[in-house]
Amino acid sequence: MSARHASIPEVQDAWPTWRQVADTLTFSAGYNTSVVLAGAALLGVAAGIVGAFALLRKRSLVADALSHATLPGIALAYLAATALGYAGKSTPILLLGATITGVLGVVSIQLLLRHTRLKEDAAIGLVLSIFFGAGAVLMSVIQSLPRGDAAGLQGYIFAQAAVMTGADAQLMGVIAVVAAVTAALLIKEFGLVCFDDQFARVQGWGVQTLDLAMLSLIVLVTVAGLQAVGLILVVALLIVPAVSARFWTERLHRLVILSGLIGGLSGYLGAATSALLPRKPAGAVIVLTAGAIFFVSLMLAPSRGVLAATIRRAKVRVRIAADHLLEAGFLHQHEGGAPRLHAEGVREVAQHRGWGPLMHAALRLHAIRTRLGRFEAGAFLLTPKGVERGRRVARNHRLWEQYLVTHAELAPSHIDWTVDQVEHVLSEDLVAQLESLLGDAAIPASGAARAAGAPG
Amino acid sequence: MSFRLDLDLFPIAAGLLAALTCGLLGNFLVLRRLSLMGDAISHAVLPGLVIAFMLGATRSPLTMLAGAAAAGVATVVLIEAVKKLGRVEPGAAMGVVFSVLFALGVLLIERAAVRNIELHADCVLYGQLELLHWYGAPDSLTGLWSVATLQAIPRQVWLLLGMFAVAVVFVALLFKELRIASFDPALATSQGVHAGAMHYALMLLVAGATVAAFEAVGSILVIAMLIAPAATARLLTDRLSIQVWLSLAMAAAAAVGGYASAAAVPAWFDAPSVNAAGSMTLVAGVLLVAAVFFSPAHGVVARNLRRRALRRDTELDNLLASLLPGRGAGAADAANLPARPLAVAARRGLVRIDQAIPALTDDGRKRAAAVVRRHRLWESYLVEDAGLRPDHVHATAEQLEHLPVTPAQHTRLDPHGRPIDPTDENGTSPSA
Repeated sequence: MSARHASIPEVQDAWPTWRQVADTLTFSAGYNTSVVLAGAALLGVAAGIVGAFALLRKRSLVADALSHATLPGIALAYLAATALGYAGKSTPILLLGATITGVLGVVSIQLLLRHTRLKEDAAIGLVLSIFFGAGAVLMSVIQSLPRGDAAGLQGYIFAQAAVMTGADAQLMGVIAVVAAVTAALLIKEFGLVCFDDQFARVQGWGVQTLDLAMLSLIVLVTVAGLQAVGLILVVALLIVPAVSARFWTERLHRLVILSGLIGGLSGYLGAATSALLPRKPAGAVIVLTAGAIFFVSLMLAPSRGVLAATIRRAKVRVRIAADHLLEAGFLHQHEGGAPRLHAEGVREVAQHRGWGPLMHAALRLHAIRTRLGRFEAGAFLLTPKGVERGRRVARNHRLWEQYLVTHAELAPSHIDWTVDQVEHVLSEDLVAQLESLLGDAAIPASGAARAAGAPG
Repeated sequence: MSFRLDLDLFPIAAGLLAALTCGLLGNFLVLRRLSLMGDAISHAVLPGLVIAFMLGATRSPLTMLAGAAAAGVATVVLIEAVKKLGRVEPGAAMGVVFSVLFALGVLLIERAAVRNIELHADCVLYGQLELLHWYGAPDSLTGLWSVATLQAIPRQVWLLLGMFAVAVVFVALLFKELRIASFDPALATSQGVHAGAMHYALMLLVAGATVAAFEAVGSILVIAMLIAPAATARLLTDRLSIQVWLSLAMAAAAAVGGYASAAAVPAWFDAPSVNAAGSMTLVAGVLLVAAVFFSPAHGVVARNLRRRALRRDTELDNLLASLLPGRGAGAADAANLPARPLAVAARRGLVRIDQAIPALTDDGRKRAAAVVRRHRLWESYLVEDAGLRPDHVHATAEQLEHLPVTPAQHTRLDPHGRPIDPTDENGTSPSA
């Protein structure tokens, strides 16, 4: 990718050919591109796996503080190495410095939490900003040094200029594999600590040791990710895939695997895009890919997604609207009429409940599908099944009303609204309990029983 | 360091105003556990800036500000949306939103660079205080009181001044409402204070402060000042009004101290001055660490001293009680007793050591009797009021007896049948 940059900067917005796309994605576009691609994908997998535990342990933003806290370490490592006569920009030295101050930052958070009354958010924010401020000071020291080869250090902040060499990518890959394997081996223990650390402690697990292991993994991934995505964005790799995966499953194993897959996919696609298109910084593209997957998950996930929730809510609203219609129809029959609601009655209910044309259409469909009744020239005709349903709603309404007046000591004038809400969600068990509690005063029991004159 | 009007006046003013504004608002963020909103907003304004920049294709300050403010508000709304719609934990929701927005900003900066527009993400982080130098400043402070000075005040400083004024008015007018909404949102709502509206108003101000400050001092300082002064003040006092004043003092100290040391400290080593915003952050950090250790009420040192005093008192109490007649150590010689409390007791005239045999003085006997009495009172309380079994209460009472509070006495005898006041049992029942 760096070669393309250097040779043809004019063709800035040229799209790659399909051939180039295929070559890049199948790891056959040259050694360097392939290594970077593999490294980014592995990093994504590791970050996804580790991030899943961080999310469950509610530690997502500790990673943010940690990554910001690496800046003074990078600067100090550079200064120390230069002072001792080594090449300051050697990657392992810089990463070692980053690790040391990163860990120091995490330890500072723990100390602040233990010895002061500050809450976690304040502790994280304090460490993040103060360490980063120290980093800024040290960076300005480096920039004022006579030997001006410090430009590459800025790359650790945004990874804009970070051009990964094969060796860098390999180092990243190794770290990623170590993190992923450790997390996979300790999945049961980590899960226990995440979900119920008190229980884990009682069961004799070394919760502190496990927490430490988890934090070390976060440190490893953060440091490994510094070069690929920069220290501000590396936290995204730890958070975004895990949060996205959380939408799709409630099970720990699946969450961890899915989170790893999403992270890996983000790394792979992001690195490929950045290799194919000039002026697409790898880190930002990787994070935006993860962000896109997050958005899709937020919207489309089967049970936790926004779309699914909206549909579920709409269904409930239609069912409740139908209940109101059936209740009105039943009461009409109960007062001696036919099991139907005249067009005027339907209009009245619709007006009272504020239904629009959309709700009317939905009700029509609902009535046909459930065979509870049908519309005919504006009037609503109840089937016997519909009458029974209407009776149940009316009965629940009065049971709950009675309960609130006699047992919850609410004034009769105060209960209509709550009853209207609750009557649709009373369970069978609760109805039976209410019946035995309240006896049966003036409540229509069932059409058949009433006709037979039996007490209800 | 020598203060120079042309170089130092406006940078100090900008740093001071930014620190004061953020420090003031930070009080309520820290209380509501929203400290990291500043972090999120200041990262997420980047795409807003760049988009405004690309649309205007100039560095027109108004467009930039509008873009950043829009992005700030969008961040707040998006975080709430992700939290509510996705039922995502607040920290994670924040992380998702700000990191993705920041990535968008970084990407857009690259696009902007294609069109030869100069914009660096660095200046968002570090700020550009050096842009505030005042060329043509008067030579002396007396020349400062003129219209020319007003005209020379840079836009960034005016903006910060305006933002500070808005924040002060907001906090001064709504202090009571902010306080109740910070400590108990549910109570606030039931009292007719719209806690949600307060939340959004506060967030809007934080976004405004972030935007107003980033150009001059950068987002690091904003994040630090939104948290550090308030957190420091929180360690020093329990009263919100005092905390607010203290946080303003801390913010001012960090800004001025940081600016001064950015040039002065490196000068000791003949080095050029360092990043002023970073240095202000560091001074805020130093103040925080000082408060962590030396806060009179909550500091580590004070707490350790209190703990040590309690431990000494406890040791002394235990020694004196053991020296009461018939309580085991009655005839022990000094060598078998803990040396430190014995020395203290002798010094205070509670114990007299006669040929290596310690004996209680009158004062000592009084204090020892009081300890035993408190022990037995606690035992009675634990059995009668807390419902514990008589053989389960000794260890707990052993700890509680050293506290300055005692339960009321209802009976003459303790659960083991001994008189609660040990002076009653003198001569009757020497077993203990």
